[in-house]
Amino acid sequence: MLVWSKSGRVLTWLLAIPLFVIIYGLPIGVIALASVSGQWNDVLPSHFTLEHYADAFRAASFDSLKASLVTGVLASAAALVSGTWAALALRRIQPVPKRILDLCFFIPSAVPSVSIGLSLLVAFSQPPVLLNGTRLIVMIAHFVLISAFTYGNVAAGLARIPSDCEQVAESLGARPFYRLRRVTLPLLLPYLIAAFSLSFALSMGELGATVMIYPPGWMTLPVSIFALSDRGAIFDAATLTMILGMATMLVLIGLSRISSKATVR
Amino acid sequence: MVQAMVMERSLPAATPSASAAPADAVGGSRIGFENVSVTYGSLTVLQSLTLTVNPGEIVALIGPSGSGKTTALRAVAGFVRPSSGRIMIGDRDVTNLAPYDRKIGMVVQNYALFPHMRVEENVAFGLRAHGASEAVVRARVPECLAMVGMGAYAKRYPRELSGGQQQRIAIARALANKPQVLLLDEPLSALDAQIRRSMLDELAKLHRDLPALTVLYVTHDQTEALTLANHIGIMRDGRLKAFGGAQSLFRNPPNRFAAEFLGRANLLPVNDLQPAGEGRVSVRFGATVLKARNHHRLAKGSDCLLCVRPHDFKLGSSRPDANRLSGVVRSVQWQGDVHNVVVEVAGECIRLSSAPMREPPEPGASLDVHFDPADVTVVPEDGADG
Ligand SMILES: Nc1ncnc2c1ncn2[C@@H]1O[C@H](COP(=O)(O)OP(=O)(O)OP(=O)(O)O)[C@@H](O)[C@H]1O
Ligand SMILES: [Mg+2]
Repeated sequence: MLVWSKSGRVLTWLLAIPLFVIIYGLPIGVIALASVSGQWNDVLPSHFTLEHYADAFRAASFDSLKASLVTGVLASAAALVSGTWAALALRRIQPVPKRILDLCFFIPSAVPSVSIGLSLLVAFSQPPVLLNGTRLIVMIAHFVLISAFTYGNVAAGLARIPSDCEQVAESLGARPFYRLRRVTLPLLLPYLIAAFSLSFALSMGELGATVMIYPPGWMTLPVSIFALSDRGAIFDAATLTMILGMATMLVLIGLSRISSKATVR
Repeated sequence: MVQAMVMERSLPAATPSASAAPADAVGGSRIGFENVSVTYGSLTVLQSLTLTVNPGEIVALIGPSGSGKTTALRAVAGFVRPSSGRIMIGDRDVTNLAPYDRKIGMVVQNYALFPHMRVEENVAFGLRAHGASEAVVRARVPECLAMVGMGAYAKRYPRELSGGQQQRIAIARALANKPQVLLLDEPLSALDAQIRRSMLDELAKLHRDLPALTVLYVTHDQTEALTLANHIGIMRDGRLKAFGGAQSLFRNPPNRFAAEFLGRANLLPVNDLQPAGEGRVSVRFGATVLKARNHHRLAKGSDCLLCVRPHDFKLGSSRPDANRLSGVVRSVQWQGDVHNVVVEVAGECIRLSSAPMREPPEPGASLDVHFDPADVTVVPEDGADG
């Protein structure tokens, strides 16, 4: 939206800032405050302390952070590889079968995550595929939930890279794999990073499916937060929320820096 | 057999030069279309194209937008699969060969440099794709950059270059592998007029330096075609409407479309063609009898068109055997180095271009023009496929 008049601009800001503060700022502010308070009986909390953070990095919650990061990275990496592969493979097929396959890919993201958790639980509870109680089933659940987004992102990127470049590469003697490695993937890199970032963020925040299938000793941060708040340990839950948010942010910022470097090149 | 007859009629000027050039003596770099058709679904975009580009020759394909020029070029490159017919490069039938096995260089309209590679890596791409050693790459890349005068830009990224510079790099990149065949698809159309002219000179020079290179040059600009090409093919609606040596095609267009597309000729409807000795014929234009060459050997008595280029009309005093026409000036337009005058003669508007006049005629004034019978030829009215 372009607002040209000065008064219009002022009005826009006057409207936008309070909205932004209320919708985004307030919840985060409350969580941030709660994570450093020992007591909250008034409008504002009291007895500020860093004890919750000290606790968080001990034992169980720290394991949760590790579980979340490992799950997020592995599931996103797997989704990236398979999503890219699928997008590349489906690129040249006819529009009608392509649309049907696209639809199949997007079904997992349309189904509620709880249902995905439940169905995995049921599906993998019998030999020969007995995965219940393993870490792998968590990764699989995350993979199923995020791969649609990875595929979508990469496919959108593929549609936007100039096909001329690839054809010229081919005319210069580049065989398909060489062309993929030297031209297609480098041109696609910003989209790959965006796809990975999105999957990672989704995986870090995933609760619905995970809570149904997580094995002992592989509790992700959202599950821990859910458990803590369920028990009434609001301040600890808030602390873990802050840690979850910051860990995710750090990874995303790192990725976006790589991405902007790749785009400038 | 039918095909052969069609070819004979639509390619009158090709026969002498095609037989003069040693088509299979060098063999290595000839491009041959043999009855190539291309269809998309039910749409035929290239129809039985038969065309030969002899080794070391530049052939320009021109034609209006959508006439199938790019399709023809991409069929040689291997990105369009013919629904029938064969494509030959040298003595190889490449119809079913993958693009990377065809050993060609290709330059496209928007350059398509690899944005993530420096200029030198762009130029080295083809060499590396063929597994050339580092020593070869290091020797060949500067050589190619020097060839297009871009030696100083090796370390830049494509986005740091102007359009003309990018085009030079695209050409250097296409030539790095020393292909015998170079395909150019409107390589200059994204450049402004001035750079286009100088690039045109450079392309001509490049071809003088690499005389063995066979070039198929697609353009919609007749100046580019006439400047560079040995032979020109004129396409319309997926068909080759005319093919011939650049000069002979310009002087003796085989049909109405060729005459109008290449050089915007005046085509006067004439009739009652009669032999007039010395290879000349006389024809009637309204009440006037005009003399002309009969390059296409049209039959006695036929109706046809008289092709007169705007520059062939002269004003002022004339030789006794010149054709003379009188008409009324309809408009006069000054274009710096020429005056374009439209004159109405016997109900037909003719366009003539003359050197700038100090006192151009006024619209409405009557004007006498004349032209030399040796400069003009009669052209058949297009047949059923015209
Ligand atoms: N992939 C495609 N699918 C369907 N039709 C196509 C496709 N590519 C080209 N065509 C059609 O083929 C015809 C010829 O196209 P082509 O690109 O060869 O024209 P051109 O002579 O190069 O035109 P221009 O001067 O505009 O570049 C056009 O009518 C075009 O619409
Ligand atoms: Mg084209």
